[in-house]
Amino acid sequence: MKTNKILNISNDLRWQIGEGFHDKLTEGIYSDAATIAQNSVQKKGDAKRFRFDRSLDKIVTSKVWGFPIMILILSVVLWLTIIGANYPSGLLSDLLIGNIYPWLKTIGESIGFPWWLSGFLFDGVYLALAWVIAVMLPPMAIFFPLFTLLEDFGYLPRVAFNLDHLFKKSGAHGKQALTMSMGFGCNAAGVIATRIIDSPRERLIAIITNNFSLCNGRWPTQILIASIFIGALVPENFAGAISTFAVISIALLGIFFTFMVSLFLSKTMLKGEVSSFTLELPPYRPPRFWKTIYTSLIDRTLIVLWRACVFAAPAGAVIWLISNVFIGDSNIANWMIIHLDGFGILLGLNGVILLAYIVAIPANEIVIPTILMLTVMSASITGVGSGNGVMFELDSINATGEILKAGGWTLLTAINLMLFSLLHNPCSTTIYTIYKETKSVKWTTVASILPIILGFIVCFIVAQVWRILM
Amino acid sequence: MQKVTNSACEGCELNQASNLKKLGVNIEDNNYVVALAGNPNTGKSTVFNALTGLKQHTGNWPGKTVTRAEGGYRYNEKKYKLVDLPGTYSLLSTSQDEEVARNFILFGKPDVTIIVVDASRLERNLNLVLQILEITDKAVLCLNLMDEAKRLEIEIDDRTLARDLGIPVVPTSARSKEGIPELLKIVHQVATGEIKCKPHRIKNVPKNINNAIEKLRLEIEKEYPNVPNSRWIALRLLDGDERIIEAVKTGEFITE
Repeated sequence: MKTNKILNISNDLRWQIGEGFHDKLTEGIYSDAATIAQNSVQKKGDAKRFRFDRSLDKIVTSKVWGFPIMILILSVVLWLTIIGANYPSGLLSDLLIGNIYPWLKTIGESIGFPWWLSGFLFDGVYLALAWVIAVMLPPMAIFFPLFTLLEDFGYLPRVAFNLDHLFKKSGAHGKQALTMSMGFGCNAAGVIATRIIDSPRERLIAIITNNFSLCNGRWPTQILIASIFIGALVPENFAGAISTFAVISIALLGIFFTFMVSLFLSKTMLKGEVSSFTLELPPYRPPRFWKTIYTSLIDRTLIVLWRACVFAAPAGAVIWLISNVFIGDSNIANWMIIHLDGFGILLGLNGVILLAYIVAIPANEIVIPTILMLTVMSASITGVGSGNGVMFELDSINATGEILKAGGWTLLTAINLMLFSLLHNPCSTTIYTIYKETKSVKWTTVASILPIILGFIVCFIVAQVWRILM
Repeated sequence: MQKVTNSACEGCELNQASNLKKLGVNIEDNNYVVALAGNPNTGKSTVFNALTGLKQHTGNWPGKTVTRAEGGYRYNEKKYKLVDLPGTYSLLSTSQDEEVARNFILFGKPDVTIIVVDASRLERNLNLVLQILEITDKAVLCLNLMDEAKRLEIEIDDRTLARDLGIPVVPTSARSKEGIPELLKIVHQVATGEIKCKPHRIKNVPKNINNAIEKLRLEIEKEYPNVPNSRWIALRLLDGDERIIEAVKTGEFITE
């Protein structure tokens, strides 16, 4: 065989050369590169610029200031999102729910739609879509561009650098810091981003724990509940700050769980060595402002919104159906709420919330409207809402709070809902993405079940402690 | 994703970019295959987007392109398939992204390889360039991020660089589309054979190693006269690269 001859010769030659072939070759490449570069590159003012990058890096990756700066930047981004989204959200919901919705109903009537068809289409599908657009679009249109600007500027690798040793301590890969950050936008995107992690063991850890990054569909839930129940605890002047603080605490708790679960996995199911990697801190580059805004609106915001709509429409239909299909004298929704209530109360939640999380598996965004709709129906609050299974948003945060309180909500329910919103199964898109990335039913199941078990445990403990103390 | 030309400049025949038709993901029956290689974070994806009109996500962090992305464009009546490879620092180790890049250049045999480098970090980037030039003859150096180099007051004599490397060098700032028309033209000329490259070979290696490489290279060429990168295969065999030993056994790289 002629191939064997080549291999034999190569083996002989390797013996002759002895050790260090790889190193000598690498040295050769480096010195060639240096010579060529010397001949054609002329530097003048490099030092100054380099010093700027250096000194900025010294601050943002310093042991003392690194973490506070990260939290501060996250807070500012969140605060801008919370404050800025309010107004356009109101406008959109006025338009979509206040104006177009009654108009659609009238049209349905004039064409002579039977009640169930107009209920199914307009009260179910349309309202779910309208809610998702009104509530999701404004915060996304603010959050994603801000995040992309940070990314373009070059801040993300610094975050990875800061978090690297924490990840290493939890037996995970430092690049998980990047995939975790992506998860703050969308968990499905975060799961895909784990492809940058070479080792399959560490990649699985990153995939399973990505769900602990509070995703875009869950930010509005956190913000709304924090504003109603936690902001209301303090005088009005501080309400915004305290709500922001509560939401950030939940996000940080998510990061804490990322580390703890990574540690747990690397000690049990996914044992192994931590692999090292080189992370080049890229130069800071001034982001191209308008271009970034444009592409992040088109690429991220609209794509995520489209995905949410695709999932929200059928979910809206399901909500309407379970509220309007009757078994005996109770509709399916009521029947389920009654059966889930005991377990829910044990967790400091209630049957409505658990049912809402089952219905809203396709999209986290519709949890709150589902909860409101189911609360109104099961508590039979008269004078609000528009009938069984009709999703709606109340025009003021106070009115929403009143409904929830009438439904038996306490501060404990609110806190546990925020915790449960952080710690529950990923949405169906993410689950499907995990399956596509891991090609394993086992790991997909682990990634789906593990967070919800954690959620049950944490909510249970909080509820018991609360009931003992209060 | 056809682009509508509406400004006077874009339609002018003096503007080479007017010969460019971005084809997006429509990449069937291409005439040429072009690979896009380079260090992480040098703007490969930006160059890719500028040529294909696609919107691969770009961002200022290394490692965002994790698999090969493919797209197409038409230039001077020829259809090109463009393959965006993951960014790597070298081709000498065995991590997954490096293998994707290396295997494509070695076994995928692109008609042209565009090597994107960061002009402000040329020396570090050249390590990869020299390794790629060991594998393939048909390469174009895209000296990207020229705007940044200018801001750092770094001047690069691209003619000397082209002479030293033995391949065409095109300065670009892909973010603002500067230099893209020139890049298209040069890639076309290399693909059609109008420009012949005489790539640099790694010189600074000890004599005994160089002799060994030469001896093995001649042996490989004797057995497989059509192999275009016998020297690289010799290098990898001497380094004990399992994947290449396997490829020599199966004769994978000689499927002409």
